[in-house]
Amino acid sequence: MTTPQTPPLALEVLGLRKAYGDVVAVNGLDLRVSAGQCFGLLGPNGAGKTTTIEICEGLNTPDAGTVRVLGRTWDRDAHWLRTQLGIQLQETQLAEKLSVQETLALFRSFYLNARSIDDVIGLVQLGEKRTARVGGLSGGQKQRLALACALVGDPQLLFLDEPTTGLDPQSRRQLWTVVEGLKAEGRTIVLTTHYMDEAERLCDNIAIVDHGQVIALGTPRQLIASLGAEHVIRLGTGDGAANAHPIALAELLALTGVTGGRETAGGYELRGDSVQAVLPPLLALADARAVRWTELSTHSATLEDVFVALTGRDLRDG
Amino acid sequence: MRIETLRQLTLARFREFTREPEAVFWTFVFPVLLAGGLAIAFRDKAPEQAIIAVVAPAPGDSAAASIAAALGATRAASDSAPLRARLIPADSVADVLRTGTAALVVQPLPGGAVEYRYDPARPEGRAARQATDDVLQRARGRADVVTVREVTVRERGSRYIDFFLPGLLAMNIMGSSIWSLAFAIVTQRNKKLLKRLVATPMSRLEYLLSFVLSRLVFLGLELAVLLSFGVFVLDVPVRGSLPTLVGMAFIGAAAFGAIGLLVSSRSRTVEGVSGLTNLVMMPMWIFSGVFFSSSNFPAAIQPVVQALPLTALVNGMRSVMLQGASLGAVLPQIAVLGVYLVVCLAVALRIFRWQ
Repeated sequence: MTTPQTPPLALEVLGLRKAYGDVVAVNGLDLRVSAGQCFGLLGPNGAGKTTTIEICEGLNTPDAGTVRVLGRTWDRDAHWLRTQLGIQLQETQLAEKLSVQETLALFRSFYLNARSIDDVIGLVQLGEKRTARVGGLSGGQKQRLALACALVGDPQLLFLDEPTTGLDPQSRRQLWTVVEGLKAEGRTIVLTTHYMDEAERLCDNIAIVDHGQVIALGTPRQLIASLGAEHVIRLGTGDGAANAHPIALAELLALTGVTGGRETAGGYELRGDSVQAVLPPLLALADARAVRWTELSTHSATLEDVFVALTGRDLRDG
Repeated sequence: MRIETLRQLTLARFREFTREPEAVFWTFVFPVLLAGGLAIAFRDKAPEQAIIAVVAPAPGDSAAASIAAALGATRAASDSAPLRARLIPADSVADVLRTGTAALVVQPLPGGAVEYRYDPARPEGRAARQATDDVLQRARGRADVVTVREVTVRERGSRYIDFFLPGLLAMNIMGSSIWSLAFAIVTQRNKKLLKRLVATPMSRLEYLLSFVLSRLVFLGLELAVLLSFGVFVLDVPVRGSLPTLVGMAFIGAAAFGAIGLLVSSRSRTVEGVSGLTNLVMMPMWIFSGVFFSSSNFPAAIQPVVQALPLTALVNGMRSVMLQGASLGAVLPQIAVLGVYLVVCLAVALRIFRWQ
């Protein structure tokens, strides 16, 4: 097999469609990932992220659309592609009775140009657990071992499907450090997540996916800037529903400095460029109506707010 | 195909099995315990005494006492099965027959006649009736007219354990072949490990071959353990050639491995595959002649019984061990197993669910 020229794009997905019976999981999705970048698919559960990534991994077939991975297609170059990809599936449970190094020796034997076991164990920081059985590892350690299995073939392109779902905060940060190490090695990484902080920290480019389509695309900074607002102000109205509140959403949106907003379960959420500009008229209005906010908090806009602004739903609502 | 891939996959199978103490117990220790237990239960014993109940309407009844005395005298004579008489009251006749504490009940009738009560379906009942009748007739003066010389023979290999051990070997090969594949494959599918492996450059042939290789290693161990226990501890004969016997075991393991692959080709859960496995194995435990000869079943179902793979393996191994059958003589059984191997493997590979 001849060595291919370095492809301009590590991954190119055009018009991808996949339905399971009546349920359309992926509905005309496009992606372009250039070599060397860390690309994030961000979206709630059921958005079609896993279906998309499994089609890219050659584990699922699309109903329509084209997928080119490292410039090749699964129809023609399946075996070559498997030698070039590193894959972490969402729910794989590795054999519990094998040790960490035995598991890696097994996966290593599948590849001709494999990295050494010492190398990958060091990379995922499992040195102390080298001879431990997989069954005795913590959730975070198991995820790092799964990552090591994806790395041992020295892949050009890595697919990580929700690598930190279900982990405690400390294990998540540990895994992020490992992924940042991989980025530093210049590997192309495609990861899915429903944690906006994870996407914000790790990804160079992000596609926000909902109902099987890309609804926004860009760097984390660009996406947040697309909100047109730097800050988010949360107002709590107490037990009463917002619609029965003496102050209506329309009145809040009319205030100086407010660029957008919505009703939430326990009150309102407003967006604005400057907290300092929004607060005085907001407090004045509350005084005039003798309203006491049960909560008043502000934060810098995040990807979560972008998702909310685009869909009207929270990421974790699914 | 890469040797290193095959070696690592086989090693993984090997490690997973040996690190599961329960699996080791059921594959190696349990069959030995079973064979040992049955050998004790069916060990060589002196021929049993048949107990004859003689009905005495009242204590000290003279007719009953003289019958009992005549039966007691047989101990000295060279009759086949010594009889032992026991006097019982009239009201316990039904009880004695129901519980089987006596093989035969003798009831004295007026005028010196006797009545025999026994269950003709029980061999010891028929034998006791025959022996008792001879004793009583002779006691009243019947003369034997033919001179008889008796030669008793004990042929090595005629005990129940000799009959049972080849069946146990075959049953163990069936169980461990089907179970080890079904359990390992379905667990890997259920835990998405199968899907993960398929996403690597590993070939599917390498994956399936690793099961074959590890099965062959374990089969060798199983055979060695059980066969040497049988030969050296229980003194079961191996009259045919050892290579023929081992070859028979290997083709049996291959056929049942293919059946195991077919059984596990679709199931997603261990519970699901357990049901299927039992469904496949249950008829063979009953019909294939492991515990008693399959020729006991009616002629109408014999074609089905003989076509079962376990029947073929049991009959083949039994004739090699006990009758010294040659390779040529067990070719029909090998052919049956070969058909299962090819057909099940072909179907399994077509319908196998890799994800």
